Amino acid sequence: MKLLTGNDLATGDVIWWTGSGWSLHVGDAVDAGAEGEAILARESEARRVNAGYIIDAEQGANGPLPLHIKERIRASGPTVRADLAINTDIPIVRA
Amino acid sequence: MYRYDNYDQAMVDARVEEFRDQARRRLAGEMTEDQFKPLRLMNGLYLQLHAYMLRVAIPYGTLSGPQMRMLGQIARKYDKGYGHFTTRQNIQYNWIKLEDAADILADLASVEMHAIQTSGNCIRNISSDQYAGVAADEVTDPRPWAELLRQWSSFHPEFSYLPRKFKIAVIASAQDRAAMRLHDIGLELVKKDGVIGAKVFAGGGMGRTPMVAPEIRDFVTEDEIIAYVEACLRVYNRYGRRDNKYKARIKILVHELGVEEYRRQVEEEFAHMKTLGIDPPVAELDRIRSYFADPAYESGLSEEVNRSDPDFALWLDRNVVAHKQPGYAIANISLKPVGGIPGDATAEQIELMADLAERYSLDELRVTHAQNIVLPYVRKADLYALWKELDEAGLGAANLDRISDIIACPGLDYCSLANARSIPVAQKIATRFAGNGKEAAIGEMKLKISGCINACGHHHAGHIGILGVDRKGTENYQLLLGGSGAEDCSLGQITGPGFDENGIVDAVERVTDLYLAQRSEGERFLDTYRRLGMAPFKEAIYG
Repeated sequence: MKLLTGNDLATGDVIWWTGSGWSLHVGDAVDAGAEGEAILARESEARRVNAGYIIDAEQGANGPLPLHIKERIRASGPTVRADLAINTDIPIVRA
Repeated sequence: MYRYDNYDQAMVDARVEEFRDQARRRLAGEMTEDQFKPLRLMNGLYLQLHAYMLRVAIPYGTLSGPQMRMLGQIARKYDKGYGHFTTRQNIQYNWIKLEDAADILADLASVEMHAIQTSGNCIRNISSDQYAGVAADEVTDPRPWAELLRQWSSFHPEFSYLPRKFKIAVIASAQDRAAMRLHDIGLELVKKDGVIGAKVFAGGGMGRTPMVAPEIRDFVTEDEIIAYVEACLRVYNRYGRRDNKYKARIKILVHELGVEEYRRQVEEEFAHMKTLGIDPPVAELDRIRSYFADPAYESGLSEEVNRSDPDFALWLDRNVVAHKQPGYAIANISLKPVGGIPGDATAEQIELMADLAERYSLDELRVTHAQNIVLPYVRKADLYALWKELDEAGLGAANLDRISDIIACPGLDYCSLANARSIPVAQKIATRFAGNGKEAAIGEMKLKISGCINACGHHHAGHIGILGVDRKGTENYQLLLGGSGAEDCSLGQITGPGFDENGIVDAVERVTDLYLAQRSEGERFLDTYRRLGMAPFKEAIYG
C-alpha cells in the first residue's frame, strides 16, 4: 500500500494523509493507491502539507505501518525520548 | 570575549527582519517550498525527521552567561525543553515551528547571536580550541583570529555559493583539541623566529571520503593569514567540482590536483592577492584582540583542593585540566551521563550552566566539538562548590575522554539523512562499560558514532569509530579502529563485516578486552592498536 506523508507547514509536525485530511497518527492513514501524486499536488498547493511524498507501507495489527525504519521512526517519534513520542507501540524494526 | 559593534548588530537585526518577511510570505502562500527552502537554510532552519530544526552558530564555541541563558530560554519557550550541542560547537533545536522561527532569531540577536551560515555551501562557523586563551600550552590566543575569520567570512559575497560547504578551524597549541586537520582549512598558529604566524593545512575532512589535510604552507605571517586563506578559497571556488556534490569538497580538489599543484596555484593567487591591498587593517585586528585580553585574574589564590570527597576527587582527576594562571582551573562539564543522550541538555541544565558561569567562571563558557561544555576560569577554591551543583543537576559525570564520553550524531532518531540510529548505540555502550567496571582501567578512549557516511559523529577520527549503515532496510554498524582527530591525526580502518545494535556493543567490548590484555605499561588504546595492528583485533572480534 502507498501512504502519503509530509510536514505541517507552520508547525513542522509529521502528518499522514487520511483520505479527507491530515493526521499526526499513522494509524489514521489510508492507502492512496494511484492517486498519491495528484493528492500531494493539490494539498501542497493549498499549503495543507509541506514537502509531501509517497511511501510504501503494509497493513499492521493496528493500522498501516511504513515499511522503512526511517518512516516508522517518523511515525513513532524519536525512539530515545519516549516522553516525546507520538506512538511508542509502533514496532521500529520490521518483524 | 568579543562584543558586537554597530555593524555586527545592524547586519544581524536586518537579517532577522528579512527572514521574518520571508517566513510570512511562505506561510501566506506567496512562495513555494522550492523558493523558500534556500532562504530558510541560509538562516539555519532545516526540515528534519520530525520537525523543523534550527542550528544556532556559537562562534568558535564561545558563549557568555547571558547567551547561554538565552539558549535555555529558547529551549523552554520554543522547543520541547532541551537543546543538542553539536560536534561543530553549535547548538541545535529539534522541534521548531516555522511560525516561531523569526521570533527565535530576534531573541538570539538580542544577545548577539544568530543562525546565519549554519547551512549552505558557504563558510560555516569557525571552530577552535575550547581551551583558547587559558591553555598552558598555547603559543598565542587563537580567538582573535577565529573572530577575524568570522567577520571576514560573514556574508562574504565571493564565498556565499561555494561548490560545497566549507569549515575552518584555528588552533594555537601543538596539542590539537579541535580536529584541525580534519577541516577544509586548518590553521595552526605558531611562532617562528619570534614572529607569530600560521601553518596552513587544506583539504581535510570526514564524510564519505575522509582525508587528513596536508600542509600547504609552513608559515604565513599574521598580517597575511586572511589573504592566504582567501587565496586557498579562490582556487577552490574556481576549480572545485560543481557537477557532483560527492566530489565537491576541497579535499577532492587538493587530492585530484595533487598537493604540489594546489599549492602552486594558491601561491600564484596569493601573490596576486598581495597586489590588491585588501588585507584587514592592523587596527581592526588590534581592536578585536582587545576583546580577548586576559581578565583581571586574582593573585595569591590557593592551589590546594580538598580531595576528601571521593566522587569529587574522581571528577577532579577526570574533568579538570590545568590552567595557565596559578590558582585557576579549566572545568569540563560532561554532557554524557551514562545512559543519556550525548550532547543534550535540558533548558534547566542550560540555564544552570549559565548561572554557574556567572558565579564561577567570569561569565563565560565554551562548547567543545566533543559535545561537552567548558567553564574556562574557575578558581581552584571554587571547584568543590561547582561540582556539587553540577552533580545535583545531573551534570557531574566524571568521564572526560573516557569510553562513555561518546561523540554521537543525532542519527536516525532525528536526522533525515541518517541510515541508522546512533544514540541508542551510545547509550548501550556507556551502560555496558558502567556496569562492567572497565572504563577506569581502559583510560583514554575516544569513541565516536555516526549514523551515516556524512560522519557528523566523527567516526573516522575515533580511537574506536562506529558507522551506522542501511543494509537491506535494517540498521547495521561497522566498526573502525585507530582513528584520531588530535595532533596524531589518523583515519580509522574498518575491521570487517558489520553488526546489529547489540552485536556492535559486544564487539567494542572484545576490542577493549584485547587492549587490556595486550597493552604495555602506560599505553593508550590508540598506541596499542598502532603497535599491534589490526590483525589481533580482527581475530578477537570475529574469531
